[in-house]
Amino acid sequence: MRLLRLLLVLLAIAPAMAFAVQPDEMLSDPALEQRAREISRTLRCLVCQNQSIDDSDAPLARDLRLLVRERLSAGASDAEVYQFVVARYGDYVLLRPPVKPATWLLWFGPPLVLALGGLAIFFWFRRRKTIAGEASPLTGDERRRLRRMLDDGEA
Amino acid sequence: MRAIVLLPVTMFVLIAGFFAWALLVRNDASLLPSALIDRPAPAMTLEPLLPELPGLDVAALRGEVVLVNIFASWCPPCQIEHPVFMKLAREKAVPIWGINYKDKPEAATAWLQRLGNPYAGIGVDPKGRNAIEWGSYGVPETFILDREGRIRHRHVGPVTEEAWRDTLKPIVESLRQ
Repeated sequence: MRLLRLLLVLLAIAPAMAFAVQPDEMLSDPALEQRAREISRTLRCLVCQNQSIDDSDAPLARDLRLLVRERLSAGASDAEVYQFVVARYGDYVLLRPPVKPATWLLWFGPPLVLALGGLAIFFWFRRRKTIAGEASPLTGDERRRLRRMLDDGEA
Repeated sequence: MRAIVLLPVTMFVLIAGFFAWALLVRNDASLLPSALIDRPAPAMTLEPLLPELPGLDVAALRGEVVLVNIFASWCPPCQIEHPVFMKLAREKAVPIWGINYKDKPEAATAWLQRLGNPYAGIGVDPKGRNAIEWGSYGVPETFILDREGRIRHRHVGPVTEEAWRDTLKPIVESLRQ
C-alpha cells in the first residue's frame, strides 16, 4: 500500500520533472511562477529553434526564463513580457505566431487547401454522376461490331 | 490522359521542388533576421575588460559608422573571425567595439594577448543579460551601427574575409556617404 502511494506521487510529479526549469530559477510566489511557466512554454528557444524555453537546456533559454521571471516580479503583465521579448527577438520567438497580413498564408493556408480539395471532390463526383446518367444509345457502327463479336462467339 | 491523373504528380514535383530549394538554395535557416534593424542600438554602459581601453558606452558611439562585435574567448568561431578584425584594425577600416560575452576576464585578456586586440574598446557582459538587449542568440554576432547610432545590419556567425568584402564592407561604405 505504501509502495503504491509512493508510485502515485512519483507519477503525479513526473510531468513537472520533464522540464528544464531548475529549482533555483523558480519564483517563491506560486501564482507568479505559474504565469512564468505558461509564458515560457510559448516562447521559442532561439538556439534549438523547435523547443520552448521551458523545455530547453540551452544556456540562452535559461537566461530568457530568468528574464521572464524578472519582468513578472517587477510587476509586468503577460502582454508586457511578450512585448519585451518580441521587441528584441521578433515574432519568431512566439511559438504561436500572431495573426496579421504577413502570417495569413500560414494561418489560413491549410483550411484554404482543405476547402479547395473539398470543392474538387464535389465537382468530380458531380461530373461522374452526369456522365453516368447520360448513357447515349450505341451508334450504328458500335452495333455492327457488337453483333460481329456475338456471332463469332456462337460460331 | 486525364488532367486529374497529373494532379498528384504535379503536387509531388512542387513539394519536392520546395524542399530542394530550402535544402540547397536558401541560406541556413538558423540565421535569423534581427528584430532591431533600423532601431536605435540598446542604450548601455558596460564596464571595461582591459584597464587601458574604455568599456562600451553605446551612446558615445554616435557620430561615426562602427561595428559592435559580441565575442568570447571560449567561442571557436570567434577565433576564426579574429584575424579579419585584426586586419581591419591595422587598415583602420572601421572602429570595432567589443562585448565580451559570459567570459572570465582573465581568460579573455589572455586570449587577446595571444591573438592581438583589434577593439577600440571592450565592455564586459558576464551574465549575458546585455547581449539579450541586442537580440543576440549566440556568439559571435556583429552589428553595424550608423552615425545616428541605429542598428543597420546584423551578421550572425564569424565575419570571414568574404563576409566582410561582400556584405559588411559595402554596407559600411554606403552608410558613410
